[in-house]
Formats: sequence, C-alpha cells, structure tokens
Amino acid sequence: MFAHETILHRLQHGCQTMAFPDGPPPALPDRHGGALRVEAAKCAEGCSACVPVCPTQAITRPPGNPVALDLGKCIFCAACFEVCPTKAITQTSKHPMAVRRREDLLLGKPGEEELRLAAALDEKVKKLFGRSLRLRQVSAGGCNACEADVNVLGTIGWDLSRFGIQFVASPRHADGLLITGGISRNMELALKKTYAAVPSPKIVIAVGACAIAGGPFIGNPQILNGASSVVPVDLFIPGCPPHPLTILDGLLRLLGRLG
Amino acid sequence: MNAPREFFLMNNGMSVPWAEVPESPVDEFISATAAELDRGGRLCAWFGVPENSGTQLVAVIAFDSENTLAVGRSAPVAKSYPSLTLHHPQAHLFEREVWEQHGLTPEGHPWLKPVRRQDGGHPAVGKFFEVQGGEIHEVAVGPVHAGIIEPGHFRFQCNGEEVLHLEIALGYQHRGVEAALAGGPHRATMSQMETVAGDTTIGHATAYATILESLAGAEAPLRAQWLRAIALELERLANHTGDLGALANDVAFLPTSAACGKIRGDFLNLTALICGNRFGRGLIRPGGCKQDLDTKRAELLLAKLRVALAEADEAAGWLWDANSVRARFEFTGRLSAEQAADIGLVGVAARASGLVRDVRFDHPAGWHRFAPVPVAVWPDGDVLARARVRWLEMQRSGKFLDEQLAAPPDGDNFTAADQPAGDTLAVALVEGWRGEVCHVALTDAAGKFRRYKIVDASFHNWLGLELAMRNQAISDFPICNKSFNLSYCGVDL
Repeated sequence: MFAHETILHRLQHGCQTMAFPDGPPPALPDRHGGALRVEAAKCAEGCSACVPVCPTQAITRPPGNPVALDLGKCIFCAACFEVCPTKAITQTSKHPMAVRRREDLLLGKPGEEELRLAAALDEKVKKLFGRSLRLRQVSAGGCNACEADVNVLGTIGWDLSRFGIQFVASPRHADGLLITGGISRNMELALKKTYAAVPSPKIVIAVGACAIAGGPFIGNPQILNGASSVVPVDLFIPGCPPHPLTILDGLLRLLGRLG
Repeated sequence: MNAPREFFLMNNGMSVPWAEVPESPVDEFISATAAELDRGGRLCAWFGVPENSGTQLVAVIAFDSENTLAVGRSAPVAKSYPSLTLHHPQAHLFEREVWEQHGLTPEGHPWLKPVRRQDGGHPAVGKFFEVQGGEIHEVAVGPVHAGIIEPGHFRFQCNGEEVLHLEIALGYQHRGVEAALAGGPHRATMSQMETVAGDTTIGHATAYATILESLAGAEAPLRAQWLRAIALELERLANHTGDLGALANDVAFLPTSAACGKIRGDFLNLTALICGNRFGRGLIRPGGCKQDLDTKRAELLLAKLRVALAEADEAAGWLWDANSVRARFEFTGRLSAEQAADIGLVGVAARASGLVRDVRFDHPAGWHRFAPVPVAVWPDGDVLARARVRWLEMQRSGKFLDEQLAAPPDGDNFTAADQPAGDTLAVALVEGWRGEVCHVALTDAAGKFRRYKIVDASFHNWLGLELAMRNQAISDFPICNKSFNLSYCGVDL
C-alpha cells in the first residue's frame, strides 16, 4: 500500500524545488548576517578592539595602518563587529560571497569595503563546463559541516542537478574538485593524487574557511592552511560553513549562470 | 557503592583537585581498573599525563546504573604496563593512542598500531590483518570516498561476497586539536571545540563550556542550560533524520530518502533560527549562551518544529511499511548486547543492541537534571534496530522540545565565568546525537590546560562497525556504515 500512498503524497506536494535563481533566493536566517563590510576609514584613532577578539586572526591593524579583515579566514563568529565602537565592521545580510581571487576577500581599503564577487570562467572553459559540470569532492580535514551543506544541494529543495552539476564517484569522471577542510597533512598525498587523476582542463573550488585558509585550526602544524597550498584554486567560498545558498550562488556565478 | 581506594567518585560536570585524584602504582592501578570494568564499569576516557620523566595514566570510568564516575591515576610510568585490552577490548584504541602519544607499551596488546600519527603525506596505517587462502580476496576503499563524506580507509578480507574481516584505518583528518589545546584556553579554542566534529557542534561545545564552568566553580544560568538542551535535541533531530534518509537511499527507497533530505534541512534551519548558523556555531559560550530564545521566536520555532515532525512521521512511516526495506535492514549487521558491552559501545548503536546507556538519563547534568529523557532501546542489534532507535529518539526529542519550549525558565542566559581553578581535573559528558561526548581537562597551577582529552562517541564505536560486518555481504557495507554513521574527524582530532 505504501507505493500508492507515497506516489499520492508526492503528487500532492508537487515540485518542492525552489524558484531560485529564476525567482528570488530563499531568505537567510535573520541572525545569519551575511557577508561583512569593513570601512577602515571609520575606525577610531588607535583603536584595535577587533584584533584580539578574532579567533582566526583574520583582522590586522599594524601601527599606522588601517584595519584589514580577511574574509577568507573569517568564521563569522560576530565577535569583531560586536566590539567595534564605531561600526567600522558591519553585517550586510548578503549571501553571495564567492570570489575568484584570494585577494578579493581582503576588506577594509577605500573601494574594497566589501568582497569582489567572482566573475565567470573564461569563455573557452565555460563552454566546456557551463551546462555540465562533474565534481569530485575531497574532504581533507573538514569537520563534516561544509560537507553536509554541500550535500544539501543535492536534496529536492535545491536540486543541484537541474544546473547540470553533479558529484561523481571517481576523479576520472570529474571536471574538477570541490575541497573542504584545512588540508590535513595526512590527506596531502590523497589530495594530490586525486587532483592528478582529474583530466585537464580542470577546476578547483575551495568551500569554507578551512579550505581557504585553515579556519579555526589556522596555524596548527598538522594542517596546511588551505587548499591553495597543494592545488591551484579557481573559486573560494567563505563561511563556517557557508550557507547552502552561498555555495550554490558561487557555483552558478562561476558557470556564468547568474544574471 | 563502596569507593575503591584507587578511584575518586564524582558526578558528570564536576571537578576535583588533582591532588585528590588517588594515585596508585601502575600494576595496582591496572588491576583496579580491570576490576571496575569487570563489575560493569565503562571506560569513558583513558589517557596519559606527562609527569617528570614518565607518564601518568588516567582512567575515567562510568557506572551508568549508579550515576557515578570514577577517576584514578597511576604513578608515573616510563616504558610499559600490562595491557587491559586482552580481557577488556573496550580499552583497545585508548591503549594504542597512549602508546602513540607517550610511547608507553601496553604489554600483550593484540593489535598495537598507530591511531593518527603522520607518515609522509598520509597517516601511518601500519600493516593490515590478512586472511590467508586461495579464494580470499582483499578490497581496499578510501581514503577518498565515492560520496561527499570524510576520508578513511577500509580494508575488507572477503571470501566471495562474504566479508570475513574488516579493518578500518583512520587518522586522515588529524588537525592537531588536542595539541593545540595545551596551555589554553586560547582565543581559537571555542571555535575549535565547535568543529571537533562539525555535525556535533552543540554536543562538543556544551561539554567544553561545562568543563570551563566547572573549573571556575560556577554553573551557567538555568536559561542557558535550557537553551543548550533544546539545541542538543535539534541537533539530534537533524542528524537522525538525515541518517534515516541516507539508509533509505542506500536501499534505493527514494520516497523516504528524498523527504528526509529536505526535513533534515528544516531541522537545521531551526537551529539557525536560534543563532543564525545551521550547525549552532556561536550559540554556546562558557558562561551561557550568546543568543536568547524570546517568546515570539520560541513560538515560531515550535510551529515550524511541529510541521517538520509531522513530515518526518510520514516519511519514516513509509520506511517501516516497506517490505523491501525491511528485507534489507532486518538481520543485517548484527551486534549482540554482549559484544556491544565488551567493546564499550555507546549511543544509538549501543541502545540498538539492547544496552540501556544514555548520558541524559544515566549521568544527567545541566538542564537534564530537571527534564529527564527516557532511554530508547531496541534489542536486535541490526540495521533495522539502529534505524528504529533513531526514530524512537526523534519522537522523544520532539516531545521534549514541545514541553520545554512551553515552559522556559526566566532570567539571564549568560554570566561571565571566572578563571579556571589551578591543578584541577574536570569531566563533562554529553549525550550527543551519535552517543557519548566526553571531555576531560586538567589544569596547571596557573589554571591553563595541562592536558585536554576529547573522546567522541565514534572513538568507541568504529570497532562496532568492524564487528557488525563479519560474515555479511560486502554489498551490505553501505547500510551497515550508515546505520552507525560515525565521525572521522571526531576520532582523528
């Protein structure tokens, strides 16, 4: 009897996949806050209150210089803007955060108060991958949160496969890697071998603060502080973990499928 | 119970001056520990503390039916001690770890191998057990797996489709968590605790916060304890739902798989409703909780919770009704109560083998002292039992949340904790969604961490998966694996 019931149920529910990107994106949780904005010009003279409270040393203010925040190292713990007396660091509530170049995550300077969003792959590569991208996922010191929220994109609400993006079981079948974790030294060899096994041309996507710069474990001698230490990275998606919407936005941005 | 002189008796969430933890000569300490395990004690933690030129062994033993923990230590040892593992297999991985970290050889350990030590660009996995015979073949899987999951290496010894032996080598996720804690707490410590096992953020963060509060001789305000208990059940609901979906997926039963994938996200979003992060990061801090759950937000949470629970009820119902599912789950990957007790299994897997074992019930701390949770047990020890226990727990978690959200305690939810006391040992157990999360901290004279030990439920349970696979078809490995769903990083640390 379950067969009839389940089919009936599915018919009643209809399509549960979100309208995004054709329709509006789902709302971020109201306490999420989105990407950060840093206006170094607003910093009080001599103030460096945000520097020591940052758990991942993402914020620096050398004497005589303006404050700088590296959103790639940021785990979005909110400690910095909570102590900021002049609102130089604020939340933007924006979900898009993926960038192509590491330096596009450095915030603070005039004109660089916010991150510089990723441009699409160049035409030749986009032609290859734009409508069909197969990724191999490698977790190398990930805590299973980035992994979980990448996995979520495969569920019916997000339905990643409608964009032609799929995760495959062999690097030989892949067009690129999606890497999570700060790259534990114990995964270095496996990551190198997996990368080498992906046929060229290939792309690499680093998801989460760990894969970008080491995350909460930055500086531990047992990790290599991010995927760039082992392989060239084409897309960085910040967060701890990034919200699934942020990951999806990044993938679509890379493929040039967002307006 | 009578206190054996080798141990100090305490409760979950308490601390004790290091000087009051009894110290015995190592041979006496080992035989006393063995005697406690013989009479039903359970090894929660076993680790070394460097002292002068040797190492002191520390045991934390739980007496679940007596709601008591026993802590003892050996005099400093330099080279070796008689292994507990031969007669108490639950000590096997602890003894390997102490050997790796402190160079102490457990004399007579049957399978002494590294746990996570680095050897070039990979862990030192050592030699694998090999079954000999002309028709035997070996299957090696990992470290990189076929799905979006953490890395580990599985080595199967098979006769045809039948698995005779499975050995699991971990260590690939080693991030140096415990080493980084020395001299702490540091400014990154709280965030590292939240990511020890990222799917158990609330479990590990609660254990850590409890440790620091205990060391400071204080408790978090009741309202914070209440909110932590709520977040812990939301974490359980999300993960159990995900596991039921994953189990359904692995037997190609797509209705439940598809529905649970979505419902799991709905539960994660409830945690995000409280603190903005789907995994509960930033919620728990030593001294309380960073965010509060006001009446309006609690009402919204409850309304959404009820919808998600009703959907989960429907999706789980299909699973239990389907004969094709039952045929795959029943009698697959069985672990007897005796085996489970021998290897010190905890959590869902232990309860699915008939063991009544749940920190919330046996060693209540925090809010669970006022809001007890019954233990969900199923006797069969197979994949079906592990699925059924999850579903029983989901229902209890739902009811717990329903009751608790209706009656929040008043007051603040944060009081800054004092500095940790010096030369003190603290123990905190939390029933995470997989099972027992155990944190033990020892401070130095200045109140900084001299040693910090983390034992995730997975540390006990991986051996359970290995044993459950014996004489099973290798094609049943995925559902056996999902039915345990253990953490890699929580073990690799």
